[in-house]
Amino acid sequence: MADGAALAYRQWRLERRMFWRNPSAAFFSFLLPLLFLFLFGAIFSDNQDNLNVIVPGIAGMSVMSTTFSALAMNMTFLRESGVLKRIHGTPLPATSYLGGVTANAVTNAFIQLAIVVLAGRLFFGIGWPKNWVDLVVFGAAGVATLAALGVAWSHVIPNFDAAPAYTNIVFLPAIFISGVFYDVDNAPQFLRDIAEVLPLTHVINGLSAALVTGKSLADMAGDLAVIVVWGIIGAFFAVRGFSWESRRS
Amino acid sequence: MSGPVGTTAPAILVRDLRKAYGEHEAVRGLDFEVAPGEVFGLLGPNGAGKTTTVEILEGYRARTGGIVSVLGHDPGRRPRDLRARVGIVLQSTGMYRHITPREALQHFAGVYPRSRDVEEVIAITGLAEKADAQARTLSGGQQRRLDLALALVGDPELIFLDEPTTGFDPAARRNAWEVIRSLVALGKTILLTTHYLDEAQALCDRVAIIKDGRILAEGPPGELGAAATRYRVAWRDEHGQLQLREAEDPTALLHQLTSAALARGEPLRDLSVTRPSLEDVYLELTAEESEEALHG
Repeated sequence: MADGAALAYRQWRLERRMFWRNPSAAFFSFLLPLLFLFLFGAIFSDNQDNLNVIVPGIAGMSVMSTTFSALAMNMTFLRESGVLKRIHGTPLPATSYLGGVTANAVTNAFIQLAIVVLAGRLFFGIGWPKNWVDLVVFGAAGVATLAALGVAWSHVIPNFDAAPAYTNIVFLPAIFISGVFYDVDNAPQFLRDIAEVLPLTHVINGLSAALVTGKSLADMAGDLAVIVVWGIIGAFFAVRGFSWESRRS
Repeated sequence: MSGPVGTTAPAILVRDLRKAYGEHEAVRGLDFEVAPGEVFGLLGPNGAGKTTTVEILEGYRARTGGIVSVLGHDPGRRPRDLRARVGIVLQSTGMYRHITPREALQHFAGVYPRSRDVEEVIAITGLAEKADAQARTLSGGQQRRLDLALALVGDPELIFLDEPTTGFDPAARRNAWEVIRSLVALGKTILLTTHYLDEAQALCDRVAIIKDGRILAEGPPGELGAAATRYRVAWRDEHGQLQLREAEDPTALLHQLTSAALARGEPLRDLSVTRPSLEDVYLELTAEESEEALHG
């Protein structure tokens, strides 16, 4: 077991090293949400109510792009290019490998969250987080659920050329409907109904409680429950549909 | 494997191996053994079932039937101990793009319980020049060498090479052969697939010719030719026509030919007596099989 953990750590270190060498990955999963934060922050800079929506919204979007989008695309690339098949032929345990890969995405998510929190304090009048417990719990739950969903979604993507389209057809509607850029409560009813089902909405609700309102975890239990249900669904399909090699062969 | 003293357990043992993909039977009852330290070749045209067979032995595919033992393990169960003792060069496989061969080798070396020295593996596979270039800048041949290097870095006892030189230019192929021979010198067992006859002839101790999921012939490449006992006699007749005869025993034919030529007072031009090469045997076997399939 200690051996498995050490191997997962080695894999994580390798993933970290490779991440910064791949400019497009670094840009899309890292800089883009920050760019959005500063653009929308600038647009709404005179309206604290809007800023109070945008900052947790961007925090949720960051979690989704660093986990769901990054894993859906990476796992597709690794599967279709044969890297997964190669790894499957070595004694590296699958749990260590996938643990290292997921930990890399989680690392990015937490770095992003830290940057957004810091920017909220320094530039957007949000102050320090009101409820650290909420931040840790919803950060962790959001990361785990969206990571699992990302791996599960990679099983649907037929080849690497299709990966950006397949990923964004989920990611882009999700960030709009889930209220990254506006308060969901102001949206039309049918959009609110859809938003109510999506996990990102509830991640953003939780982060909003953590960063802005300071509502207790007990108050947010319903949001947490929705995230956990999605997490279980995601984990089930992530494991069940997992393929170490391209299905074309 | 506890065998009687003095016998060595085979590195690979295959009995009545079968694999079906739905209705299609890719492998239809293969039997072979590979002894430790031996180079065994699966030779056959594309679609013969070579890769399916090798991928079953590597643990990538489940078999439909039969018995398979690799280093005393059932590869279908994918025991980690077995994976640690086996090196795999797949027919086509990718690599991380943003990593250098040296980093990749160092990383994968750490995955094996006992690994070879990374610098040594780089030297053996001739990657020294490109050891610190990012993998995406490697040429096809260099990537293939990295594949081989990654298969060697865990110091495996048994190495699978699935079409290791397909797409190589002649010089690169000779280099690869040298590398493979150096592995043999280290006492490694090698199972390779190829559709190049010269490659099988140059590297393999024994070859199985495989087509449509069946073994058509098996033996040392030199003896496979000899086993087909017919001689091929070619000569130019008195009208200048090239003639070709096959005979179990060419003595009588040669006697007739030489006597007739002497009687005419002419030289017997373009005379050759050959035994079929591996290539002839291969073409003959694979062709016969196709005809059978047509009539059947």
